Formats: sequence, C-alpha cells, structure tokens
Amino acid sequence: MILLFDFAILIFVLICAVAAITVKDLLSSVIILGAYSFLLCLLWAEMGAVDVAFTEASVGAGIGTILLIVAVSKTTRRSKD
Amino acid sequence: MIRAYDDIIVKTIARILTPFIQIFALYVIMHGHHSPGGGFQGGVILGASLILLFITHGLKETKKRITEKGIAVLSSLGVLIYSGIGLLCIILLGNYLDYGKLSKLLHIVPAEARSLGILGIEIGVGITVMAVMVSIFLNISTGGTLLEDEEDNTR
Repeated sequence: MILLFDFAILIFVLICAVAAITVKDLLSSVIILGAYSFLLCLLWAEMGAVDVAFTEASVGAGIGTILLIVAVSKTTRRSKD
Repeated sequence: MIRAYDDIIVKTIARILTPFIQIFALYVIMHGHHSPGGGFQGGVILGASLILLFITHGLKETKKRITEKGIAVLSSLGVLIYSGIGLLCIILLGNYLDYGKLSKLLHIVPAEARSLGILGIEIGVGITVMAVMVSIFLNISTGGTLLEDEEDNTR
C-alpha cells in the first residue's frame, strides 16, 4: 500500500520534471518546478526524512519559486530555444 | 521595480497572514533542537513572510519599514551572535562552540547550557538567513541598483 503511494508520487515527480524542461512559457515552467518541489517534499515526508522535507518545502517550493518568478519578470517570459 | 498590487483582497489577506507566518517561523526556530526544523528553515520562512509584504505592498511602501541598511545590519548581527557564542566558549577554556562551558557563566547544569547554547546558534542562523533571503530578493527585483539611487533618478 505504502509502496504504491511511493510509486504514484514518483510518477507525478517525473511528469513534473519532464514538463518543466519542455514547456516554452518560462512562468509556467517555474510554477511546474514549484509543484515538482512540493511533490518531492511529500515523498521525503512519507519516507520518514521529515527534516529534509521541511527544507524542501520552505526552500524549494517557497523561496526558489519566488526568486525564479522575480527573475522571469525582470527578463523575457518566452523561451528562445 | 515591483509596484503595489492594486487589489484590496490580496493586500488585506497578505497583511493578516504575515504575523501568523512569522509566529510559525519563530516556533520552527525555537523548537529546532528537539523537532524537525531549525535556524535555516525558520529563517527562510521568516524571509518569505517579508517577501510576501514586498510583493503585495510594493517596494517603495515596504522599504519605509524594512530598510536595506537594516537588512545589512541584521545579516551581520546573526553571524556576530554565532561567532560570539563560539568565541565565548573559547574564552571560558573550551573548544569552539563547546556549549557545556557556558554553564559557569549562566549558573546552570552543563546539559541545560548545551540546550541554551544551541538555541542561541539557531537564532543567529535564523536572523542571517532571513536577512540574506530578503537581500537576494531585493537585488534581483531591482536589478542590482540600490533603492536610494533609484529615488534620485525618479524614474
């Protein structure tokens, strides 16, 4: 049961990771990266590493997303490649 | 330059929510030595609460409360607390960050002194991380120019 939960989250993490690097809109990419971070945080918490999950939630999903959004707002929103 | 977002709902929610986020951050810092969390995580949450104010209320209005000079002073103050406690332990004839030696100064048993010493370290780390996070945000959002310079140009 808990292994099934692990695999379900892992599949979502993989989907988010692939989507974040293929999406052309950089703002969407940042938001997907935030979702990736949050799902990874769920995975850490479920595996028992609560301290790592805490860091992932506050740094990855909190500050990292804000800083990347500010960086996108200062540059272009569309990816060139 | 981030301007104030002209929506009363967003502004009010951010203003009401900020003290609760800060209380939670202080809880994370204070309980860092016997539960998940600690100085770094608490400092990041504290910095995020200030960044929320910067985003919703605009750079110009928020910097009246939180000046860049104050942030620079805070980021140095945290390092000073950290290294000060460490050097205090050397002065009391111990190793660097040997909290047990603080028991002579505080007149408590060494185990209690260790707990208090780690709490002091966590507070120092939290203050520095908060200030540096806000400073990184300000540097990215203003493009590296100081807020005082931008006022002179009146762009």
